[in-house]
Parts: sequence; structure tokens; C-alpha cells
Amino acid sequence: MTTNDEKQEVKEGIVKRSLKQMIVPILAIVTALAIGAIIIMVTSGSLAEGAGKVVDGYGGMLYGAFLKPNGLLNTLVATTPLILLGLAVAIPFRTGLFNIGANGQFLIGALVGTIAGIYLPLPPVIHAIVVMACGFLGGALWGFIPGILRARLGAHEVINTIMLNFIAVGIVNYAVREVFRDPNTTSVRTYYIQESAYLMRLSGRFNLGFFIAVLVAILIFYYLFKTTWGFSLRTTGQNPNAAKYAGIRPTWEYVIAMMLGGGLAGLAGIVEVQGLDRFLTEGNTSLGFTAIAVSLLGLNHPLGIIPAAFVFGALRTGGDYLQIRAGLSVHIVAILQALILLFVAAPTIVRWYLDKFKIQVSAGEETTISQGWGG
Amino acid sequence: MNIEFIADLIRAALIAATPIALGSFGGLFSERSGIVNIAIEGMMLTSAMVGAFVAASTGSLFLGLVLGLTSAGLMAALHALVSIRFKTDQIISGTVINFLALGLTGHIYQVYLADLPDNWPGFSTFPQIPIPVLSEIPFIGKAFFNHQPLVYITIILAIVIHFVLFNTPWGLRMRAVGEHPKAADTVGINVYFTRYANVIIGGLLAGLGGIWLTLEFVGQFSINMTAGRGFIALAALIFGRWTPFGAYGAALLFGFFGAVALRGQSTSGAAAELWQILPYALTIVVAAISRPIPPAAVGKPYEVE
Repeated sequence: MTTNDEKQEVKEGIVKRSLKQMIVPILAIVTALAIGAIIIMVTSGSLAEGAGKVVDGYGGMLYGAFLKPNGLLNTLVATTPLILLGLAVAIPFRTGLFNIGANGQFLIGALVGTIAGIYLPLPPVIHAIVVMACGFLGGALWGFIPGILRARLGAHEVINTIMLNFIAVGIVNYAVREVFRDPNTTSVRTYYIQESAYLMRLSGRFNLGFFIAVLVAILIFYYLFKTTWGFSLRTTGQNPNAAKYAGIRPTWEYVIAMMLGGGLAGLAGIVEVQGLDRFLTEGNTSLGFTAIAVSLLGLNHPLGIIPAAFVFGALRTGGDYLQIRAGLSVHIVAILQALILLFVAAPTIVRWYLDKFKIQVSAGEETTISQGWGG
Repeated sequence: MNIEFIADLIRAALIAATPIALGSFGGLFSERSGIVNIAIEGMMLTSAMVGAFVAASTGSLFLGLVLGLTSAGLMAALHALVSIRFKTDQIISGTVINFLALGLTGHIYQVYLADLPDNWPGFSTFPQIPIPVLSEIPFIGKAFFNHQPLVYITIILAIVIHFVLFNTPWGLRMRAVGEHPKAADTVGINVYFTRYANVIIGGLLAGLGGIWLTLEFVGQFSINMTAGRGFIALAALIFGRWTPFGAYGAALLFGFFGAVALRGQSTSGAAAELWQILPYALTIVVAAISRPIPPAAVGKPYEVE
């Protein structure tokens, strides 16, 4: 009996704690939507017109992201890369590194995977898996560079990942325009990957990618929290010196974390190709920056990242209906993303205004992840 | 390769270096006082939009300049507030500013600037200012002495900032709070004030880079028109080891690559994309080899006791 009671108590404790942890993310989203509404109203002709736009716009977002036929599935499609990219940011976060290079890793992964998808003569299923592995390896290579530079030379990963983002854009643009361009079309894109490398579509654009992303998140959860490797990785982030005394090599953990993170970003890139377009186009992405917000909103926890990615996926999917329903620009989505990121990263702000209005909530601790350029 | 072509290349490099150098000066003030600044891009974009908005609606370049700089200063103030008062991770704060700038400028562009009202006067860019006599010299005149104002102002600023940073009490305080805030605090320097002031001054300088985009170079705003210049500015700052002359030199080098990239396709056959990645690749290599040392306290929130 007593053990059951204790179990019950522990269970309630966990529920209470998770609820408490969810206060900051939820308040962040609500505050961001409120400020977004103010911005919409201020930039409208009159207050009444502005209020109407807010209702139509936010209502439209709800409709587009969930209610409309295929709305929810489209949101899940948009959620897919954000889960993987969120993990790409969260894993290095756990070792105390800041990966703002997910954009570049995403692009290089997509490029390497696409090449494998176009040229490798392999049977179905195996081909799709090999192509995913190639995407992972491409991204892992792009994460290895800042990882090894940090580990061996102490070069700051933030600077190097920013630089590598731009280098990736240059390389991918060059490859798409000059090397792998499909001459049979006027649009600038590569050849199609072979059908054997496709990820199956189940309905509309919804494809197997979503399930792969969720599976990967669960695997990463297991890796981080249930294996000694994950323990070493997290210990390095919490206290590199303690890790060293315990026989862990922090520099090695840096390389592992950046390669794993980069690999998952690369996987995000190639899964987009395999499941959606089936070819690669030129241009940049900003999903890697959104991923920082996803990771923080998900409290840098693999299982928290799934719902966090869903929130941002819904914002992206619903964003189109800002324009259709209320004549508002999709740029409102970027503003909302910025504000959500701000309020999850700085719960002190939320706590400060709650204090001002005499509302009693404990709102988490502030996050300081990076340690400046010096390390 | 005739001499005209070289003069043209130098001229283009000086022009392209201007916004990069201004952005890196903006980063310099922030980082030398201990606040990481990856939000140069967002600050430039903000002032570019506000400058163009005000100048197009009032017809006054001066008002555009003043309010454009003010808007970038406000963005910097927000970065400072979040970083200093709320002690948030400075790289996240920078990411927030970049997103916010992209969203706000895009939104305002769509609402007000996508179709300019007919009754707006509009504006034309800053005029060219040929330096008397010097601009008449063949080759040198064309390359160096027949530019729009911000090209000259940026070179003057490099000298002024060098002097301020290394030869004035203000510069000493700035470096002190960036290297060892506690020591600075002990001798009576107001760490918070020094950081706020320098981050905001940095915002104004980065804002001047944004002003260059719309009021000096293009003549109108377009969405996300900074196109990564704020990040090249960050690279130039690191490449130049957080010094004004170093940053200007790096900006000039990067500007030169940019100029070559534009002309590269027609003359050398090498792809423009590959010239464009050169500044970034060089920054990684140089940073790995020479290990530039950033201000010691950069990125670390400080608590006054």
C-alpha cells in the first residue's frame, strides 16, 4: 500500500512540476499574441478596424492551422523540420554550446542527400534510408567543423556557425545553379531525386517525415537521459570541470554534440526534399533561427520540443491566413516568433510585469546558455 | 585589366565597405563594453526602413537620417535592456532583435511602402561630393575622391573611434567594463550606464549603415534588404580584432571581394557564389589561426553589488 501511495505522490509531484514548468511557455505565447495584437491595431487605420483585423487575423490563423480541411496535417508538415531543427539546437545547448548554424547544416544535409537521391542506384526503402543517412552525414560534417574548432582551438562556435551558414548558402546556390541543375525546366532547381528515395505521402503533403521526426525525438530523449553517453554530454554542459574530474573529456563531448546536432539539422533538410519537393532549390532558410525559439520553448528537452515545434508549425501554417482573412502581412508571424522567443528566454520580464500587476506566479529561472565569445 | 578597371574596382570596394564598416563600428561599441551583438543586421534593417519611410513621406533626407538613426538606437536600447536589466542570454537577445526587425520592417513595408501614396514627395539619394582639385586627378580622383558623403564619413569615423577608444576617459571606461566590470565598478565607474550608453551608440553607428542602404545607395526600401551585411560586419569586427582600423581594413577587404564577385562572372569565369563565401571562409581560417582575443567580459551579465 505504502509503495503505491508513494508512487502516487511522486506522480502528482511530476505533474505539478511539469505544470509549473509550462507556465512560462504559455505566458510567453499569450503575451506575444497580445503585443502582436497591439502592433496590428496601431498599424491599422482606426482602432475599430484594427480590432476587426486582430479577430479576423488570429481567427484565420486558427482556421488555417487546424480547422480547414488538411489544416492540421499541413501544420504537422510544418512541424516536422522544426522538431529535428529544435533538437539540433537543444543537444549542443545541453553541452553548453550555442548552435546557430542549423540553417547551414540543414542546407548542406539537403544537398548531400539530394545528390545521393539523384545518382545512387538502389532499391526502394533502402535508397530512402541511405539518402536520409547521407543528409545526416552532410549536416554532421557541417557541425563537425565548428565542433572541432571549438574543441581544439577554443574558437567560438557562434561566430563559426554564423560564417558557415553563409558558406553553405554559397555552396548550395552554386551546386543548384551550376552543377546539378535540371536543364529541362526554367526554374532554378536540381534534377528530381529517384522515386525509390521518396518518403511516402499519406495525404496531401503529409508524409512519413513527421513520424520519423517524432521517433528521432524519442530516441534522443532516450540517448540524453537514459544512457551514459547522454549523461556525459549533459554533465559537460552543467559543469565542464566536474565532468573532467569524472573522466569525461569535454572537448570530445563538444564535437559529438555539434555533429549530432548538425546531423539532425541535415536530416531535417533532406526529409523536406524526400517528402515534399523531391528536388532542391537555391536560396536560404531561416528555419534554423526559428529552431532556437523551438528549443527554448520546449525547455531544451527532446519531448518538450515536439509540442513547441507544433506551436511554431501552427504559426507558420496559419500565417498565410493572416493575409487571406485580414489582409495582414505574414511578417506578423516573424514578430510573434521574436516575442515568444524573448519571453521564454527572459522569464524575468514576465515575472517583472506579473509583480507590477500583483499576480503571484513563480515563473522559472532565467537562461544563460552561451558564455560570450571567449567561452 | 586596364587602369580604369582597377580604379573602378577600388571605388566599388570603398562603397561596399562603407555599410560593413559602419556595422562593425556598431558592434565594436557594444562588444568592447561587454555586450555581444549579433543584432547588427536587425539594427541596420530597422534604420534602413525608417529612414526610407520618413524621407519618402516628408521629402527630407535629414529627417530620414535622424529618425532612422533613432529607430536603430531604440532597437539597441531594447537589446541593452534585455541583456543588462533582465540578464538574458545576449545571443538570444540578438536573435530576438533580428527577428523583430525583420517582422516589423516587413509589416510596415507591406502596410505603408509597398504602394507609395501619390501625395508623398519621395526622395533622391545623398548627392556625390567631389573633393575639389583631388577629384580631378586621373585614376586616384575617380577611385578615392568622388564619393557620396557616408563613404568619407566612415573613414573619418574610423579615426575618431580609434582616438575615443584608446585616448579618452570614455574609451578607457568602455574597455574597463568590457574587460573586468568588477574592477571598473570598484573604482567608481557606473557599469550599467557605461554599457547602456555604448550599446546605444553602437546602435546609432549600425543604424548609419542602414541609412547608407536606403538614403545613399538604393533610394528605396525592400524586404530584408540588408541581406546579411550585418553578419559580414560582425565578421569584419572579429577579423579586425575589435579595433576600428582593423575592422575598416577587413570591411575594405570584404567589400573588395564583393566588388570582384559582381564583376567576376564576366571577367574571370569563377562563379560569383564562390567569391561571396570568401569573407566568411577567411574569417573562420584567420580566427582559427590567429585566435583573436575578444573583450574578456563579453557575454557575461554583470550584477552590481
